[in-house]
Amino acid sequence: MFATSFSTPTPSLSLRYTLNVTTVPHLFLFLTLLAYALSLGSYTRYLYTGSKLAGRLGTIFLGLGLVAHYFALLDRSRGLNTVPYHDLYGSMSLFGWLLALTYLGLEFYHRQRSVGAFVVPFIIVFFLAAHLATVDRLPPAPARGIVFALHVTLSILAYAAFALSFVLSLIYLAENRLLRNRKLGEVVWRLPPLDLLERMSRSSVLIGVISIAIGTALGFIWVDRLTGQYWYYDPKYVVTILVLLLYAAYLQLARTTTWRGARASRLCIFNFVVVILSFTVVNLYLSNTHRYF
Amino acid sequence: MEIVLVGLNHRTAPLELRERVTFTTDQARRAAAELRSRGLLEESLVLSTCNRSELYGVPPETSHESASGLSSFLSEFHSIRPDVLNVALYQHYDRAAVRHLFRVSAGLDSLLLGEAEILGQVREAYRFAHEYGATGPVLNRLFQGALETGKRVRSETELGTRPMSVAAAGVKLAERIFGKLAERSALVLGAGTISEQVVSTLRDRGIAHLYVMNRSRDRAQTLATQFGARLIEWGNWDSAFSAPDVVVSSVSSEEPVLTRAILEAAMAARSNRALFVMDLGVPRNVDPSAADLYNLYVYNIENLTEIVEQNRAARESEIPRAEAIVEEHIGKFLSWQASVELVGLVDALRSRIREERAAFIRARIDSMNHLAPSDREHVEDLMDELLEKLLVEPATRLRGEKELRRKIQNVEALRDLFLSKKDKR
Repeated sequence: MFATSFSTPTPSLSLRYTLNVTTVPHLFLFLTLLAYALSLGSYTRYLYTGSKLAGRLGTIFLGLGLVAHYFALLDRSRGLNTVPYHDLYGSMSLFGWLLALTYLGLEFYHRQRSVGAFVVPFIIVFFLAAHLATVDRLPPAPARGIVFALHVTLSILAYAAFALSFVLSLIYLAENRLLRNRKLGEVVWRLPPLDLLERMSRSSVLIGVISIAIGTALGFIWVDRLTGQYWYYDPKYVVTILVLLLYAAYLQLARTTTWRGARASRLCIFNFVVVILSFTVVNLYLSNTHRYF
Repeated sequence: MEIVLVGLNHRTAPLELRERVTFTTDQARRAAAELRSRGLLEESLVLSTCNRSELYGVPPETSHESASGLSSFLSEFHSIRPDVLNVALYQHYDRAAVRHLFRVSAGLDSLLLGEAEILGQVREAYRFAHEYGATGPVLNRLFQGALETGKRVRSETELGTRPMSVAAAGVKLAERIFGKLAERSALVLGAGTISEQVVSTLRDRGIAHLYVMNRSRDRAQTLATQFGARLIEWGNWDSAFSAPDVVVSSVSSEEPVLTRAILEAAMAARSNRALFVMDLGVPRNVDPSAADLYNLYVYNIENLTEIVEQNRAARESEIPRAEAIVEEHIGKFLSWQASVELVGLVDALRSRIREERAAFIRARIDSMNHLAPSDREHVEDLMDELLEKLLVEPATRLRGEKELRRKIQNVEALRDLFLSKKDKR
């Protein structure tokens, strides 16, 4: 019943969207991209030369990018007269923004900048895909309300944190491989220590697990308010709870005798593959109520 | 104004000679005072490290005499026969002296290419000399330039970042795995020169605890006292490996001491927390079949030497970039020096012209008896005006135009042309 309420077409609304799309200002779009590109350049330079100035510039540009990205999201939402997570591209942009935010948080907490060069490309890809793609045929009548907004934002934050732990685990495995095989290239001396990568990955997953737990709970509350029933069978629920359990398992296992080190990192990567499956297969073919995340 | 440098380093003098030419802080102060009182140098600075002793100075007058004067001063000061000392000494003037100092400060002249200590030593030498007033405007500027050069080379090139010894490479590798070593501990198995170096590097990096294990009980006791380490009974493998994260092993033994079984038990005892083993023994102390144990990282002396070799190549490939930075700063210093000298030259020229004008008028004014005193004054004023105009304009331009100063490369020639005429006549 509420599933169908998502898809009642209203021609007059679509007309207004298309009119407004042409007037969405591109200034913040450009500024965001510029800041992210400069940030990537600085982080890469930091990775290769170890210049502290370059590292600091990377952080500063990423911070500026975050601010500009916020305004770009705001512009876009105003232009389209909707919330950013209303459509796929908006969701992706929001995902990129939260990824940048989570990364900056981790960077400040762990005082380690050499991961920036690996994370910022993902942010740029999500931002570009979201903002350069043409906005077509928007499904109208978005779900509204603060509970729903928190549900969506927290879920996207969780996925951003999981994506970050995925990147960190990939770096861990690559660096571990080089160190174990005693084949040290140029970059090994600049990468974060293995121990730090493990800890960063764990704190990132912890953020993810907490926010997905709250986000999912809010989702149930919202559905309950909307329909009076908190449980509808939806494959997305099952997969989300599976994801939650898998990451909780990672948090537990990552410090045990058998799993600590490379095995835990592989588990973390496997978990993210499940997340991607949940985005693609489950959302596109199996779920009625979840469109993009 | 001229800069003179006389000195010796690890390339020109053997250790025994270098040892005899070193300066303590007190000696450096005394040398500076003597050099000034004897009229050898107006400004001076002694840079003395275990690999070099160098005397930088600004002599009162331009003459190559000063360098030989400095050589004999050195041999007298340290009571070394001049013929023994002189073969080891190098002398540089002006640009070459500036270049030498900037390269030293950048670590390009060091025994270990790009080592970091020299920059601190240059800074200290400058600080002391500045404190007791041995330096002046030229050496102050010169050494500030040298420190800037050193800092830039270190932050903008890879010259100093890579470990250059087996010990340093091993410790850096441990940091790749564990991060900061402050909460880690290390076990030293056996003993050897390199393990001692590793221990001192680990100490520098703030390792929390050290353990020592040795076949000979007496030796173990000595080492434990020497390193300030805790003693572990030989063969007590189970308890030995539960705490330490880094193992430095150099046991002389035909058979591998750390067999797969021992290491397997060790990893279990530490519930698979990462263990880094530096196997410095020849033949190897770690059984090669143990290398695939989970979360165990084994590097033998050959692996570590290979890393050092790679790093040496990487450092050497950075030399051109470092040299370019050095050249840039030489240019900066020389153009500063030229501008100071040009301004001095113009001032000297002006006072000389004043003098000449007074003599000139005195000589000719008698033939102008028909002029009234007020007219004579007027003529004098006119001449002043003309001379000022001719001189003030170039002087102002010299102060204002950087490009012009750069073009006038040889201030010495200008000085000869305008100011030394009187002497040669």
